[in-house]
Amino acid sequence: MNVIAAVPHDREMRELESVVVRFAGDSGDGMQLTGSQFTVATALEGSDLATFPDFPAEIRAPVGTTYGVSAFQINFGSSRVLTAGDAPDVLVAMNPAALKVNIGDLRAGGLLVVDTGSFNERNFQKAGYEANPLTDNSLAAYQVLSIDMSAMTLEAVKSFELSQKEALRCKNMWTLGLTLWMFGRPRQPIVEWLKAKFAKRPDIAEANIAALNAGHAYGETAELSGQVKRYAIGKASLEPGLYRTVTGGQALAWGLVAASELAKLPIFFGSYPITPASPVLHHLASMKEFGVMTFQAEDEIAAICSAIGASYAGALGVTSSSGPGIALKGEAIGLAIATELPLVILNTQRAGPSTGLPTKTEQSDLYQAVYGRNGDAPMPVLAAATPADCFNMAIEAARLAVKYMTPVMLLSDGYIANAAEPWKLPDLKSLKPFPVTFRTEKEGFHPFLRDPKTLARVWAVPGTPGLQHRIGGIERNYDSGHISYDAANHQRMTETRRNKVLGIANDIPLQTTESGNSSGKLAVVGWGSTYGAIEQAVRRARKDGLDVSHIHLRYIWPLPRNLGELLRGFEKVIVPEMNTGQLLTVLRSEYLVPAQGLNKISGQPFKIADILAAIHQTLGA
Amino acid sequence: MNEPLPKLLPKDFATDQEVRWCPGCGDYAILRGVQKALADIGARPETTVFISGIGCSSRFPYYMATYGFHTIHGRAPSFATGIKLVNPKLDVWIVTGDGDGLSIGGNHLLHVLRRNVDVQILLFNNEIYGLTKGQYSPTSKIGTRSPSTPMGSVDAPLSPCSFALGAGARFIARSIDTAQKQLPDLLARAHAHKGASFVEIYQNCIVYNDGVFEAFTDKALAADSQIWVEHGKPMLYGKDGKKGLRLKPGTLELEVVAVGENGVSPSDILVHDETNKTLAHLLINLERPKFPAVLGVIYCNPAAEYEEAVEAQMEAARTAKSGASLEKVLKSGRTWVVE
Ligand code: SF4
Repeated sequence: MNVIAAVPHDREMRELESVVVRFAGDSGDGMQLTGSQFTVATALEGSDLATFPDFPAEIRAPVGTTYGVSAFQINFGSSRVLTAGDAPDVLVAMNPAALKVNIGDLRAGGLLVVDTGSFNERNFQKAGYEANPLTDNSLAAYQVLSIDMSAMTLEAVKSFELSQKEALRCKNMWTLGLTLWMFGRPRQPIVEWLKAKFAKRPDIAEANIAALNAGHAYGETAELSGQVKRYAIGKASLEPGLYRTVTGGQALAWGLVAASELAKLPIFFGSYPITPASPVLHHLASMKEFGVMTFQAEDEIAAICSAIGASYAGALGVTSSSGPGIALKGEAIGLAIATELPLVILNTQRAGPSTGLPTKTEQSDLYQAVYGRNGDAPMPVLAAATPADCFNMAIEAARLAVKYMTPVMLLSDGYIANAAEPWKLPDLKSLKPFPVTFRTEKEGFHPFLRDPKTLARVWAVPGTPGLQHRIGGIERNYDSGHISYDAANHQRMTETRRNKVLGIANDIPLQTTESGNSSGKLAVVGWGSTYGAIEQAVRRARKDGLDVSHIHLRYIWPLPRNLGELLRGFEKVIVPEMNTGQLLTVLRSEYLVPAQGLNKISGQPFKIADILAAIHQTLGA
Repeated sequence: MNEPLPKLLPKDFATDQEVRWCPGCGDYAILRGVQKALADIGARPETTVFISGIGCSSRFPYYMATYGFHTIHGRAPSFATGIKLVNPKLDVWIVTGDGDGLSIGGNHLLHVLRRNVDVQILLFNNEIYGLTKGQYSPTSKIGTRSPSTPMGSVDAPLSPCSFALGAGARFIARSIDTAQKQLPDLLARAHAHKGASFVEIYQNCIVYNDGVFEAFTDKALAADSQIWVEHGKPMLYGKDGKKGLRLKPGTLELEVVAVGENGVSPSDILVHDETNKTLAHLLINLERPKFPAVLGVIYCNPAAEYEEAVEAQMEAARTAKSGASLEKVLKSGRTWVVE
């Protein structure tokens, strides 16, 4: 590394053991691609990282508008990186709208890189600027690097004789080239990727490579000397092993495939497209060679019903959606609970209610997951904490579903689904199989015969001679499985269903702390994608000498059996959630602990600083 | 090695459960017809599955000594699709009604037919809601008085077979609950058909809509008001077998004629061609009482079934990517080693 940033001394700059870069531009500017390729190059250099893609709900929003701005943020560093970072150190803004939407987040003194080629009257107007923000002194707090990237790109790809439109499409690669230079990241992986991506249009591949090289050269040839510092980000000390980056969507899909192998059951995945859950459907649809059958149903209800039918027929039925779709599935979930059939339900949460903010993240479906059905309808609920965690939790959801003959809901969210993080590849051979045995013995059979320990009923699939039976949503007799309207029987069956699900608490790990002691002044209790922000905040507070611990729940229902005791060991409990206090309500009602909420419902993930401030405030420090 | 399986009788398909339809309900006759059909075709109880939604008709699975799943309102086709995709060898029957199948479950019925999943769909049409106590249904005639339409219904009814044809069904048949002679054979044909078969069965709800089909089901009137169509046979009916359907000259519509009258000769009578979709359309939409009730196999024109197409893709993927492993997938793309 040749040019190095000055080693910072103040508290704020210490953070430069990690750097946050945000690429922002028009939806059509290819910022997600720029970001994901930068991620790859960064990961290959051994940095730890976390990303946050943030894109508009409109597929093709009008060019140049603020609501068409798409952004991709990456936080990478030599120490453990757990969130996509609070405030960007570097912001790349490809047009005035991108500047307008994102500038407020850039840290004071941060580097702003703009493409002046798109800074013109029309775009100012569309972005709602009255004057050119580059010249009106409004950016004085930042270090501004104005480059006509559009012109430079056109120049770089001139020899390929592309149309103006195609040529300008290479602009994101020019930007990427410059950014790679800034952080000393290699270009080769991107070159290879471009060649593969545009295998059928080598001219486009070469033009993009030329733009990438030109952007890099622009930095290199000292045209920027004195203006821009380069940052050296060393290798992170990650656990040794083979790594890749993974998004939550990928990890869910792969976890399900792993679960299918562990359970020795084929996967049937019934789903209906919905943002932000669809990536799981897409990943699984291309994994048919693993015996995964995907079915794009006519609606959310058909999606879950087909999956329940599949489980009834002896497959591992899975359905996947986001809040609004889960609402539609409610009645069918009740049927799966009543008929005691295994089913995995993935809920990639988004901001609600109703359509809400489809592309923005929230954790507001916890009530829906735990309580949201008619009747006494208990169901286990799990929550993945990070993209990579989705792999393990998908396996765990499947394990509980088949072992206890119950639907299990696994909560993810828009942030986890789309964000990427480095993932140390698991040793698949070390995963514990949980092969399923179907009932074949006729003697003494009835469909609601239970395992005395787990209370799970037998799983007898159509096609098995001699076990013909009928099941359905009408209450069933405890001793025969026949329909029954008997009052005492209903009480007994309802209690049995409840006890079966509550009993799962004995089959899941005891709750531990992520960091900090298991008793003390303050516990910060989280679940889901707030993991990184809470963990970083707690670590920092502990470095500052505060007595605070982080408890992160992966089992929302039933809760770990030692959780009440654990919580009572703390003087204070705060529960940060991207909702108005849903886990908070559950914890207060289950354990009567005086927990306090910290709630963010802006469609954006928590910042480390948000949580750190709450810790300080709660501890009066 | 394989002992021949014992021949089963209709009673072998009956369960010990008390049948809970109202005395005199048309469902009893249909149950008998189905049990006989299963015995006739040599169905095996262990590979036969009855799926239903909600409604009077949907109690059906409880009375069949096969596998059965009484699901939720309107969604039986979706459950059946999942079951068939996982195990195409199962023989899956869907039992539904005019409310279950055409009101709350219209969407799923549409798609199971469109996809051509190999199931038999029996839609008991009694033109009323029975289980919820007599409200009008999507097949009730305009003016139907019911608890929810005290001044009579004002919305136009739907023709189930017309809906099925529009949805792309490749097998459409119609029968009457009490047609014990024809029903088992009709069901056997539905069963033999590969792909989705749709059978509408006019069913008398003795409590809430008694006699709604009497004009053509009454024994005294039947001969002159029913026509059982048969592939390759002229479409004749009536007490003396002289009434018939022919294409009205110069038009694309059918008319009732009498052989021997007004110069109509036997060769004028249209011969039923169950593979002809246009003819199916004409037959399905004939309105009573001007025309007889058209019964029997109206349309049968098989096409590739859904499960086979899905399985073919699975097989193609397995062949193309033989030797695939999850480990390889995880290691695909960019990986790096941390030491
Ligand atoms: S209400 Fe009508 S359809 Fe229902 S069981 Fe009674 S007679 Fe049959």
